[in-house]
Amino acid sequence: MVRAMEKYIRPGVKSTPFCPGCGHGILMGLILRAIDELKMDMKKMVFVSGIGCAAWIPSPHYDGDTLHTLHGRALAFATGVKLYKPELCVMVVSGDGDLSSIGGNHLIHAARRNIDLKVICANNMIYGMTGGQVASTTPKGARTSTTGEGNPYRPFDLCRLVEAAGATFVARYAVTQPVALIKAIKKSLLHAGFSFIEVLSPCPTQFGRRNQSDQPEDMIRDLMRRCILEEEAKGLTEEEMAEKIITGEFRS
Amino acid sequence: MPSKQVKSMLKKGMYYFSGNEASAEGAIAAGCRFYAGYPITPSSELMERMAVRLRELGGVFIQMEDEIASISAVIGASWAGAKAMTATSGPGFSLMQESIGYAAFTETPCVLIDVQRAGPCTGQATRVGSGDIMQAKWGSHGDYQVIALAPWSVQEMYDLTLRAFNLSEQYRVPTLIMADEAVGHLRENMIVKEKMEVWHRKKAAGVAPFGTEDEDGIPPMPSFGEGERLAVTGSTHDPYGFRKTDDPEVHSRLVTRINKKILNHRSEIIETEDYFLDDSEFVLIAYGFTSRTSLYVVKSLRKEGMKIGLLRVKTLWPFPEEAVEKVGRRARKVIVPEMNLGQMAGEVRKFCRCDVIPLHQTDGEVIRPETILGILRRVA
Repeated sequence: MVRAMEKYIRPGVKSTPFCPGCGHGILMGLILRAIDELKMDMKKMVFVSGIGCAAWIPSPHYDGDTLHTLHGRALAFATGVKLYKPELCVMVVSGDGDLSSIGGNHLIHAARRNIDLKVICANNMIYGMTGGQVASTTPKGARTSTTGEGNPYRPFDLCRLVEAAGATFVARYAVTQPVALIKAIKKSLLHAGFSFIEVLSPCPTQFGRRNQSDQPEDMIRDLMRRCILEEEAKGLTEEEMAEKIITGEFRS
Repeated sequence: MPSKQVKSMLKKGMYYFSGNEASAEGAIAAGCRFYAGYPITPSSELMERMAVRLRELGGVFIQMEDEIASISAVIGASWAGAKAMTATSGPGFSLMQESIGYAAFTETPCVLIDVQRAGPCTGQATRVGSGDIMQAKWGSHGDYQVIALAPWSVQEMYDLTLRAFNLSEQYRVPTLIMADEAVGHLRENMIVKEKMEVWHRKKAAGVAPFGTEDEDGIPPMPSFGEGERLAVTGSTHDPYGFRKTDDPEVHSRLVTRINKKILNHRSEIIETEDYFLDDSEFVLIAYGFTSRTSLYVVKSLRKEGMKIGLLRVKTLWPFPEEAVEKVGRRARKVIVPEMNLGQMAGEVRKFCRCDVIPLHQTDGEVIRPETILGILRRVA
């Protein structure tokens, strides 16, 4: 991470804990850039996370208050913080398994309440920390350590899920779209209400090596090729669309 | 000192409350301004009263999506600076166990009222039981301590809830009220005094919030938003909150301290009541609603000249081993009536050398005086 962002890193923290090629480090920096551009006061920010690789993005790295909670429960803890001290900016950064599988019920209810939480869901489509098991976001057919023959079930569309549940700011970008992503995080920080940003982040260690490629640059290139905006999707055939991922701000 | 005498919230005087309502009032009196809960019989009236009272007082009330979310929101609110609580019953208490462990390990003050019903499982939702006594101590994984109190009256639903908040703030530990359906739904008079003692958590800036060299073992606890840049985690952590998940010494030191900070203060935490114990050959050891029946039996038999007494356990955890041991040294027989299959009787046996006779009852009913009399007539 560049020197300019160092002031947001907790003194005593040295390197990031992520595997080589993991997208979470990029996201860690992009969130800080959004905070920096808005000149947010870190003393008034609380970062809540659950369990899993993505939960380590803020904890203990960010130099605000961090609350590293139980698996799946980040949103419930964050609800308590926000309701009691509404003047604090409460951001939840966690993974797809944490927020949408074990914590799925809290996700839809927090969205329904439209409580002012800034949720950033780092989606690597797999359980990374525990060894690459299938997640509620794993694409159909993808191989994981618990679906050697390919995932037989379809994944959640997280953005549509939370939007239907009542979220009032919803966006999806990949870590390969940093400019748009920073913009979305800034909008979320300024948004009063439940905001949800799904961030696609490559996991070469667990997802890549079982599927397309364990080379980080291949996974990044793949995301760059597949992530398109809604407008770009219009002229495409069904076949062309099959491998694309629609990104953008779906509700703002 | 972080404790002070303040004027009671309710005007001094006599009130006619149910146990659940009294507990809510005790919480309000203690300064509780955050409640998150989920409906469950037989505790729901407590939540309904908190919804009304917190609205009146400008506190925060939220009905969450389940019990896991409820206790988790309570812990979050506590770190935001609130005195916070939830209430539940058996099935909900089971769901909350992981978060109770989180609260114990992160030393988060919070209060949980368990209005026990007849379990296991869904059991008899509207009927009484005391089947959660061991779960209160051992429900979450790993070695940790909680404080658990057992009220026997509407008065104590008020007094002990207030005390639970004080203990929780003082020792930075989750504190449980192990009520039962009979006490929760009982209606009787209770008294609110002019003044009461209220504790607030110790605060200090720039000090390690998860470790201390102080003898009491209780570090100060700042809140979010105070510029302390807190790092709170349920993973093993050093005194500053940094994860240390592969350091044997840090883990051992932390686990030992969170246990010792409670066990070293047993004498200040534990409360029991003695009735006619000085010359008793037979002693009933009881808690919760059952101790009312027990006292009635003891008084009737005393009139007949029987040397019988009662040790009433008000603090279930940490267990009052000294008081029980003392009883066991002098009594011929100890009888432990309880609405389960002998959860506390086992604990009593650990510390009593004399004969310990458990009186089990798990039929969803309170234990009647005749039942205790029956067993006494057999063994005496």
